[in-house]
Parts: sequence; structure tokens; C-alpha cells
Amino acid sequence: MRGNPATHQFAAPGSLEAVLSLLASEAGEWMPFAGGTEIMVAHAAGRLRASKFVSLCGIPDLRFISTNESELSIGAATTFSEIRKSDSVARDFPLLSRASSWIGAIANQSRATLGGNLVNASPAADSSPALLVYDAEIEMISVRGRRRIPYSCFHLGYKRTALAPDELLLAVHLPRRFTGHKQYLRKVGTRRAMAISKVALAVTALIEDNLIREIRIGAASLAAFPTRLRRTEDALLGGAITSETIAAAQAAVMCEASPIDDIRSTANYRRRVGANLLNEFLRSTASDGSST
Amino acid sequence: MKVPIEFTVNGASRRAEVEPMKRLLDVLREDLALTGTKEGCGEGECGSCSVRMNGELVNSCLVPALHASGAQIETVEGLADSSTLHRLQRAFLECGGAQCGICTPGMLMAATQLLAQNPHPSLEDIREGLAGNLCRCTGFTRIFESVAAAAALEAHAR
Amino acid sequence: MTVEHAKTRVVGSAAPRKEGVNKLLGRARYVDDLTRPDLWHGATVRSAIPRGLIRAIRFGSSIDWSEFVIVTAADIPGANHIQLIFADQPCLADGRVNHCDEAILLLAHPDKHKLREAVDAVQIDYEPLPAVLSIEDSEQAKEIVWGSDNLLKSFALDKGDVDAVWSKAAHIVEGEYRTGAQEHLYIENNGVLAEYDAEDGVTVWGSLQCPFYVHRSLLAVFNLPSDKVRVIQTETGGAFGGKEDYPSTLAAHAALLAMKAGHPVKLIYDRAEDLAATTKRHPSRIRHRTALDAEGRLLAMDIDVATDGGAYSTLSSTVLSRATLHSPGPYVCPNVRIRSHAWATNTVPYGAFRGFGAPQAIFAIERHMDEIAAMLQMDPVELRRRNFLHDGDTTATEQRMREPVILDKLLDRALDESQFYAKRAQFLEENKISTVKRGIGLAAFYHGSGFTGSGERYLNSLAGIDVTTDDEVRVLVSSTEFGQGTNTILTQIAAETLNVDYSAVMMAPADTHVVPNSGPTVASRTAMVVGRLIERSGRQLVTLLQAEYGLSQDYTRAEFFAACNRLREERGEVVSLCRYEAPPNIFWDDNKYRGEAYPAFAWSIHVAQVAVDTATYSAEVEDFWAVQEVGRVLNPVLAGGQIEGGVAQGIGYALYEKVVLQNGHMANNQMTNYIMPTAQDVPPIHVFFEEVPFSHGGFGAKGIGELPHDGPAPAILNAIRNATGAACNSIPLLPEDLLTKLVTTISTEETVA
Repeated sequence: MRGNPATHQFAAPGSLEAVLSLLASEAGEWMPFAGGTEIMVAHAAGRLRASKFVSLCGIPDLRFISTNESELSIGAATTFSEIRKSDSVARDFPLLSRASSWIGAIANQSRATLGGNLVNASPAADSSPALLVYDAEIEMISVRGRRRIPYSCFHLGYKRTALAPDELLLAVHLPRRFTGHKQYLRKVGTRRAMAISKVALAVTALIEDNLIREIRIGAASLAAFPTRLRRTEDALLGGAITSETIAAAQAAVMCEASPIDDIRSTANYRRRVGANLLNEFLRSTASDGSST
Repeated sequence: MKVPIEFTVNGASRRAEVEPMKRLLDVLREDLALTGTKEGCGEGECGSCSVRMNGELVNSCLVPALHASGAQIETVEGLADSSTLHRLQRAFLECGGAQCGICTPGMLMAATQLLAQNPHPSLEDIREGLAGNLCRCTGFTRIFESVAAAAALEAHAR
Repeated sequence: MTVEHAKTRVVGSAAPRKEGVNKLLGRARYVDDLTRPDLWHGATVRSAIPRGLIRAIRFGSSIDWSEFVIVTAADIPGANHIQLIFADQPCLADGRVNHCDEAILLLAHPDKHKLREAVDAVQIDYEPLPAVLSIEDSEQAKEIVWGSDNLLKSFALDKGDVDAVWSKAAHIVEGEYRTGAQEHLYIENNGVLAEYDAEDGVTVWGSLQCPFYVHRSLLAVFNLPSDKVRVIQTETGGAFGGKEDYPSTLAAHAALLAMKAGHPVKLIYDRAEDLAATTKRHPSRIRHRTALDAEGRLLAMDIDVATDGGAYSTLSSTVLSRATLHSPGPYVCPNVRIRSHAWATNTVPYGAFRGFGAPQAIFAIERHMDEIAAMLQMDPVELRRRNFLHDGDTTATEQRMREPVILDKLLDRALDESQFYAKRAQFLEENKISTVKRGIGLAAFYHGSGFTGSGERYLNSLAGIDVTTDDEVRVLVSSTEFGQGTNTILTQIAAETLNVDYSAVMMAPADTHVVPNSGPTVASRTAMVVGRLIERSGRQLVTLLQAEYGLSQDYTRAEFFAACNRLREERGEVVSLCRYEAPPNIFWDDNKYRGEAYPAFAWSIHVAQVAVDTATYSAEVEDFWAVQEVGRVLNPVLAGGQIEGGVAQGIGYALYEKVVLQNGHMANNQMTNYIMPTAQDVPPIHVFFEEVPFSHGGFGAKGIGELPHDGPAPAILNAIRNATGAACNSIPLLPEDLLTKLVTTISTEETVA
């Protein structure tokens, strides 16, 4: 344990208003602490730069799963265990259910939060590919009010998000319009559990008469942040699924992806496997019409 | 600055004066002298520090003391009933589920959590329930057998 | 004297783990569970460069250094070295460093939270020197970093005349095989608690395998007589060889701090430090050149073994020895030449790890046999059968197999249990259309039990039993428990020979003040050698009690302890010790590397079934069979557990565990980045024992602990070859590596429609 607990402040004001006031009054001084699964790792490694934390525990405004006719909303401090257990998420957004079961293992899922996963902004974030292909929206809040942006606009660069220093992630909203879509999600890690993603691909596609009417492809670890592969989507949109279009789509992924070599894997591997995963999805829809 | 934390550990009310960012793992081991819970990695990867908190499995190395305030904590020390081993402990002993023993407390808590949620787990369920607990000695084989054996024992026989 | 081991009451039964209840209750005391009222904590300042001179050490002004105790090499009262075999490794670096993370100085403070900032505030000014970071760089000797030529050790073994054979051979097959470093990843990190007293000397408690190794090192570092150093093993959370030599360094560090601080000091590594700074398995490069006749019988083997020993010699010579002696495999070959070299590099010194050179050597020969089979278009099973050692055959060291060799029987059983041929045929068909390619592969091997040659004579182990006034029998050994079952099997043996209840027998504490030196807990020697000493000690005591203290032939428990009391009245104590006796006909020439290399061999066949996903290039082991003969199985639950655990580690060695070095420093020194298989990754592991009791082992036992780590890697890579056609000769084989292999093997599409 290389961190020193005595050098940190940890406030727990207990209400959303109080947290937002704190963030506004000392902008950039206070780091929000939800499940803390990333913060505590940095603490133990002695590389925690922030010294002041404000707890998001016990604030119901941040921890909920609710549904209305058009969208399902998940509070930012909702844990992955809760997301996994939700029937409404499983029914309308099965890729997110599945992704939630891939966060670490059981003990991590009971603490790690959806908001934390997004704000930590790793290019390998487990929940991101699914959120991208479900057209998720991010809602942020501060003393200045609320705003919503598409999740695909949330990441500005490597570990840089659209959150202002006084803003808190409030909720993620998912439009309930994907039930008729073919859906695919696969994570490739170093092992079957407790694995950081080397590459992950999510796809939702509306296919009618073997033609692709809509397609969304979300990837982890193929760029500096989780991203849609829009050029690859464009290459496929409106077309049929044939050996030729599949091969072209794979080539498009290889071209569009900009992964790196790092301690976990290589750019070459990520690029090739990303293309293979898309191939796997497209062939599965062509063969028997069912998704994975 | 230390703050008073009150919580329940293995059914008993406990209290400690600790820094809010002190790890629950260290509060248990140092302030409460409950050294059964172990540190293997400090990064939430090995599960040696697993305890149950409010009915969920957590890695106590990743929980700040402040978040344990008012919580119900269960550790390995709370499994046996004074002189009677818990059925999981009996099963581990008979089936060889513990070798060096360092992963065992965390493994037992994960298994307890699994059986509480799923009294009749399949082998796949057991593998998933224990996926966050690393054992370097057993190759997991006899741990799976131990958990399955414990599940088969009468639930009311504790 | 041969002993009839027909019927036994306790030995051979699934007696429950002796210390099991405490472990399950969470009451077992590991070193970090210990505390003292006036305890200080220690930390280590380590080298940031792989090689260089230390020009200055500066202490940053942000710290109040008066609160700290600082220890450097200058504080060492005795010798500044930790000696396993040679005395080349300093306890603390003095003016120069030879590897990243080498310990330079030590700090202690009563508040452990103050240490990290203090370590970071120590500035070391180096004059870097060119570093040698690979076997090839060391061989080429452009930079000399050890001795006169970087060579830590070499061996030469010759049988027959290999050079006379090449021109006559029907086939010549060459191959080069490489294995990477591997980390033990015991779940409990290294740690020691030390006390120093001007009167009593040094006392250390620690997570360790060999109390007397630590004892010997502390005598040298502190220049103290034997009775002024006391080493006590605490409950140890896994070791696998990683706590064979390293604890000597750690104990010396903690004790130096305790001496200077005047307080007990705990020095416990966190995972990042343990991964970066402590020993790992030796990397290797092994080259084979093999001549065979037209029927696939071995005519000659020319083997070149090279290991990377790291910056200091530590155990490199003995690891090289075992690698040398295991490199020809379990085969008959009339002409063998082996040249082996352990090279120094500027990396953290490599050390003991389960198998100790054999996993490296067996990976090479067993992969090579499959390559030979492929070139000769022979069934790899048949190739092996045709060349197996049998009773009466001689090995590469001319050791005659005087004990039964049942490789054929083991192989038959393995093929049967795994349905090897049926699966192979099934996968051949299914792979034509599946994107997941399946394959099945095997490995055949032996593992020499105990120390090489006359090693046991040199150890001259002493062990035995005593009986306390509380009617408790205690086993007196320095052999330690770290999960493998020492406590259980030795108390089972004592209970059996004395004919008392298993529950009446305890282990005396692993404390150098209490127990005799029964040798280190290594080399798979405990059941065979130390078990035999306990067996003899038990029989010796019963014989004495029956001859002179009125104990009858068919005695009850009460009568036994009554007789012991009579003995105690006369002699003051009830102790029965025995010293090691070498089996007859052990002749070993250390210069020519010829003779009886090991007193006994354990034999095994491993079969691995793998699935290779051609979308992700990852290979997973779906099923695994391990069939072995280890003499008598003393406890089926413990023995099975040893095989399963060893196989799991071997799977990690093959497919998951990579030590990533950057400029000689382990860059992936976190559990999130050094990958071992989880509960969702391990296959079912099926274990089968055949028994051929060994008359010189404890109740017929031979060694078992290391054997299971020898086979998985070659079996798995042979299975991958079967599945994909890709011949992979280097481990760990990660998906990124298999991608390179498969993309060159399959010329068109990566996936099959």
C-alpha cells in the first residue's frame, strides 16, 4: 500500500445539490468518488494525484434504472451488478447486460459504476462499445444546469472527456428502438475473466431483405477512445451481405482503426482481430439470420 | 483526519477511528485485528481480500473506510459457528480445496456469496462465481469440487 | 533393506490436511498477520538502471530524515553477500549496480505510510554502463558483466560418438526452442519480520521454504555464531521455489534495519515490488540436432542448452544441471552430446521455480519429437513408443534403469482416458468447416527425484520424531509446508510407523532453534528422502521401546506412551533421529556428468486438447489428462492436488504468462498485467496414478511436486500444431504470436466460411 490515507480529504455531503455546490465552489479541486475501483487502485500504487474526494454514495438521484416509452435511463452511480440484474436492460439492451458481466469479476461489478467506467475514459472501457451502438446519450449536470450530448461526442481525446470541471455525469439514456436489430458484442481479453479488453466490437444492424438499412459499429481499443467506425458503417450501409461486401468491410476496419502497441497487445493484432470480429458478425447474420 | 466509523462485522457492532481513505482491508486487519482477510495484490485482481458487504461480494482493498460506515460486513471469521465448521469449510477440508491457504478466506467468502444467490450452482456458475479469486496452488479443480459438495449438503445443516 | 508396504492404515489415505482447519477458519498466521507493540516498517530503495556505478546518493530535503533509520552496505557487520552456491551476490549494492531493482539502501520508520514518499525522495546519481540484456548479447561477450566471460556455469556431457553418426543417418532434424521467464505469483508476497537483540542476536519470522538457508546467510551477514541466529517459518502462502533463496536477502535486510532501529521491523513486499525485484524462472534457448534411422529410432542427439541467469549466479548452476540432464527426454539414444551454458545478463537474477530447468528442457525435446514425427511422417505417439526407455536401458549419463520403467503403460492409459485417436480423427474432420480448430497433443517425460548425483550425501540430512510429556508425537524436520502437504504426509508416515492415531502426531515448529536440518524443501525430495528418515526414525523408536522398555508386539496407544515415559525417565527425553543413508550403487562423476544422475525418476504422460479460435488467434486448453507414476501415493487428495496445481501453472507458462522486460525492468509488474489463468480459464484436469513403490523412498514414495509442471507446455503446443499446422517453438505463445504464425501458414483468408 503506497498511498497515504492521511493526505486525503473525503467529503460525503449526501445530496446531489451539495455535491454540485462543492464542485462549483472549488472547480477542479474535488474528484467525484463513486465505486472508486480505479481511484483505490491508484491510491494503493501511490499514484493518486487528486487529494480531495467527494463521495457519490447514497445519492438516489444518481443510482436508478428507469424506463419510459421512449428511453431507458441509468443513473451514473448505478453499479454493474444492478445493471446485470435489470430485466428491462436485458430485454431492450442485451449487449449492455452482457458487457456488465465482463467488468472484472463479481466483486468488481458490485462496486464499479457505469458513470465511473465512462468518466475514467479508458479506450478499453467495457461498457462503451454497447453504448455507442445503442446511440446512448450522456446527461451531465452542474449548478449551471443540465445538458445532454450523444455519447459518441463525449470523448474528445485520450482520457479527455466533455465534462467541465464543475460537472458531474448524471445519467445515461438509451433510446428503446433496437429490439428489431441484429446485435453483436464480443470482447477479446487476455483471459476469460479479470481481463482488460485488447479489442472489443459491438454492432447493431437493421437488416431487411438482406440489405443493411442501419448499422452501428462501436469499438474499444481501436483508437485513443471508444469510437464508432463510421467509415466502415458507410461502406456497408444500404448494401447486401455478400463475401465481397464482407471482405470490403474487413478492409475498411483495418484502414479506419488506429490502435497502438501497448503492454497488453499490438496494433497489428487489434486491427486484424477487429476486422475478424466484424466478419464474424456479418457471416452470422447471413447464415441463419440470427444474431450471436 | 480520523473519523469514527460504525458498522457491523460478523453480526457484532464495531467501531473504529480511521482516515476515511483507509482501506476497509486495513481497517479489518489493523483496527479490528481480524487478520483472516488477506492482501494479495492491492489492485482488486486476486480476490484474497474479498468480504461480503451489505450482502454483496466486494474487494475490501478497494473499499474506502468511509463507504463501510453503517454497513454489514461478513468476513471468514464469521463463517464457523464457534466450534462447528461451516459446510463450505468442511467441504474444503474433505475435498482438498485449500493448499497454502492464502486465497482460502477470500475464496470462502466468494463461495458463500455464490451459494446465497444460487443454492444449486452448475459448474459454469461456480467458475463464474469464483472468477475473481485467484488460486495459484490448486488449479481450481478441488475448489470447484468443494463448492459443489457444500451445495449438495443439506442447506439447513449450515 | 526392502520394506513391505502392502497394507497401511494412514499412509495412502486421504488424511485431512494437518493445518487445514486453521487455514479454513482464517486463523493461520502468515507473516503480515504478525505484529509487535513497537514495530517499525521497512522499505527498499532500488536501482533504476540495469548496470552502472553509483556516483552519489542524495537525500531530498522534503523529508525529516531524523525520523528514519537508513541502512547501506556500510552497516553490514559481516560479509556483504548472500551465498547460495557462489558468493557473488551482494546483500546491498555497494558502489555499483548490476540489474534494475537491485537493492541499494534500506529505510525504516514507525509509520509505514511515510515510507513511500521517503523512498521517492532518495536521489541516486548513476554513471550508466552498457548493459547486457539477452543470452545472445552475453554469449557475444562485447561487454563483460560477470567473471571474465559472462559464463556463470557450463556442462559438457558425451555418450558414444555423435559425429560418427550424421553421415549414416536416414534423417537429421534440427530445431530451436525458446522459453520465457515465468513468475511464481504465489498469492502471498515475500515478507519477513525481524528482531535484533544484543544478547540473543537475530530472530526472523518469514514466508520461506528453507529456514537453514536463511540461517546460513544471516550468519555470514551478521558474523554471528550459529546459536545467535534464529529463523522461524510462518505459515507460507505459496512458494513454488520463489521462496527458496530470495528470503535470505529479505531476512538480511529486515534484520539489518531491526539492528539499527533498535525495534522489530516488518519488511513486506507489495505485489509491484515482489514482481519486479524477486527471482523468476530462467529463460532458455535450446537447440536440437537429431539423427534417426529409417524406422524413426534415435541414433544421435546433439543438444545445446543456454539459460539466462540474470546478474548473479544464485542457483543458475544447479538449474542448468537439471536442464542438461532432462534435455534428452525419456528415450534411449546411443550417442548423445550436450553442451550447456548459463549466461549472465543485467537482469534480476533468475532462481528456483518448480521444475528447476526441467520444464525448459522438456519443452524443447517434446516439441522437437513432434517436429521429427512431422518430418518423418510418423505418428508422434509411435515415434515416442519406438524410443522409450525400458527396464535395463541406459540414459544419456549411462545410468541403468534398475527400477521399473512403465512408460508404455502410462501412455496406453493416457491414450485411452483421453480417447486420443478418436478425437484426433474427429477434429481432423470438424476443422475443415469450423472457425475454431481443435487439436490434441501429448508429452512424455521423467523428472529426477531429489538432488542430483551425490547432492543428498552432501546435504547429510537429519530428521526424526520426539514424544512430549503431553503424549504428543512431534515430527522434527526443517522441511516446510507451503501448501504442498509436507505437514500431512510426514505426520501420516510417523503415525503409520508408530501405529498411533494420525491425530496424535503434530509437526514441531519450523524453527531453527527447535528442529534439526533435514535439508531444504526443494527438488521434490521431501516425501522420498525426508519421509524415509521419518519412517526409519519411527521404526527405530518402536524397536528400542520393544527391546528395552517393555513395549509389546501388539501395543495400544496407552501402552505406547507409557513405554515412552519409561524411556524418558531413564534418558530425560524421547527423541529418535536418523541421518540420511544413500541407496547403494549411487555413483556420480561430476566432471564427466556420468553415472547415477538421480536416485529415482517419476514418469508421466500429459495429453492436452486445445481449441484455437481463428478469429482471435487465441488458444485455450479445453481438456487435460495427466497420467503419472510417482512411487507410492501417500495421500490421494494431496497428490491429486499437486498434479492439478502443477498442470495449471504449466498452462500459464505455455499460453498466458509473459514477463515483459523494458531495459531489464519488469514493465508488467501488476496482477492486472501479468496474466495467470482464472477459474474460468482452467480446463478439467483428469489425474491418474500408477504405483510402483520405490524401496528407498518414504513408504515407497518418489518426488511429485515438480513433475506436473514439466509436461503441459509441450503437450499444448503439440496440440496447437495438430489443430492448425503451425509449429510454434517459443513460449509463452500469446494470441499475438499465433497471429504471426497462422497468417503465414494460412495464405488466403484468416477465417473459413
